[in-house]
Amino acid sequence: MHEMSLTEGVFRILDDQAASQGFARVKAVVLEIGELSQVDPESMRFCFEAIKGGTIAEGAVLEILRPPGRAFCLPCGVEVAVAQRYDACPHCGGHQLQVIGGEEMRVKEMEVE
Amino acid sequence: MCTVCGCGDTHGHSHDHGHDHGHDHDHDHDHHHDHDHQHWGAGLAGVHVPGLSQKRIVQIEKDILGHNDALAATNRQRLAEAGVFALNLVSSPGSGKTTLLVETIGALSGRFPVAVIEGDQQTSFDADRIRATGAPAVQVNTGKGCHLDAHMVGHALDRLGPPEEGVLFVENVGNLVCPAAFDLGEDAKVVVLSVTEGEDKPLKYPDMFHAAGLMILNKIDLLPHLDFDVARCVGYARQVNPGIKVIELSAKTRQGFDAWLDWIAAGRKTALARRAASLEAKLRAVRQSIED
Repeated sequence: MHEMSLTEGVFRILDDQAASQGFARVKAVVLEIGELSQVDPESMRFCFEAIKGGTIAEGAVLEILRPPGRAFCLPCGVEVAVAQRYDACPHCGGHQLQVIGGEEMRVKEMEVE
Repeated sequence: MCTVCGCGDTHGHSHDHGHDHGHDHDHDHDHHHDHDHQHWGAGLAGVHVPGLSQKRIVQIEKDILGHNDALAATNRQRLAEAGVFALNLVSSPGSGKTTLLVETIGALSGRFPVAVIEGDQQTSFDADRIRATGAPAVQVNTGKGCHLDAHMVGHALDRLGPPEEGVLFVENVGNLVCPAAFDLGEDAKVVVLSVTEGEDKPLKYPDMFHAAGLMILNKIDLLPHLDFDVARCVGYARQVNPGIKVIELSAKTRQGFDAWLDWIAAGRKTALARRAASLEAKLRAVRQSIED
């Protein structure tokens, strides 16, 4: 259940931003959780709801964007879509794939007041 | 307050230990309790400015793991300066990590310094086993936590002291999922898979095998009794991580052990070369300031 630690990381970022940017309440949080990242978005949602009470994000809405998995196939020299880490290149069937997208675990933006 | 991570600020709550602190806390396991929960409610939540309700969108683009990664970078720098080759051992529970470590420490005894950070949810059994070999070890109990993070390892290093020009083994909590995401400042993650576990583990837990630089296939002395297909397992691992190195061994019989010891010795040489380069740069700077 590392989603709890990660969600605590989200709240750490919210607090840091509140201090540096001078806002008191967070109305919405937008996360980017890539399809190849090590996070289950539903667990993250659960943890967010569990933690938010009594914080600056109490009552905040959580939105999770899922950037798709993308990889560069070294033998083919092209960018391909991958849904899982163990997917093969759809062109050559090989696994010499360099993941270039879909690993994001980021707080993208938030709505504050 | 900790000057590196500032944790005295963010974890300033009292702990109910259920005992009276009548002892001096000098035993070797981590009482830091820094991870289970954090009390954010006491911070800015109470700040409310009446009449101010201008909604705005703030673009942040901050990595959720940024805080951990910054602390990991600090650990990495510290280990590099001490010329330490650091390994983060990950696996499911029962793969034989601790036995592998005990045997490895025995085999490396007298060659170079070795130290161990042991992570488990509870007990100091593993650190006790390591200390019985004569190597220094610190136990970190994560409580409900399912992985070590860079913060815990930083404090464990404070107490252990980096093994100068030697090898640091961090034995993570037995868990093939969560530790994959957390950089501790190590040179490489070593995933230990025992042949009793099933050859499909690399596909079932791809993040861990993707994150690891080396896969150790342990307990190969049991292969005659099992249907485990080594080639298929290695194939699966390379499917999620084409560059992963594989060493097959038995910690119990020491079959295949030399390849593992050679791999460690080669990594340590790289760490020494890194330190030598850094010391030479410092020396040049000092000489330069004499001439200036």
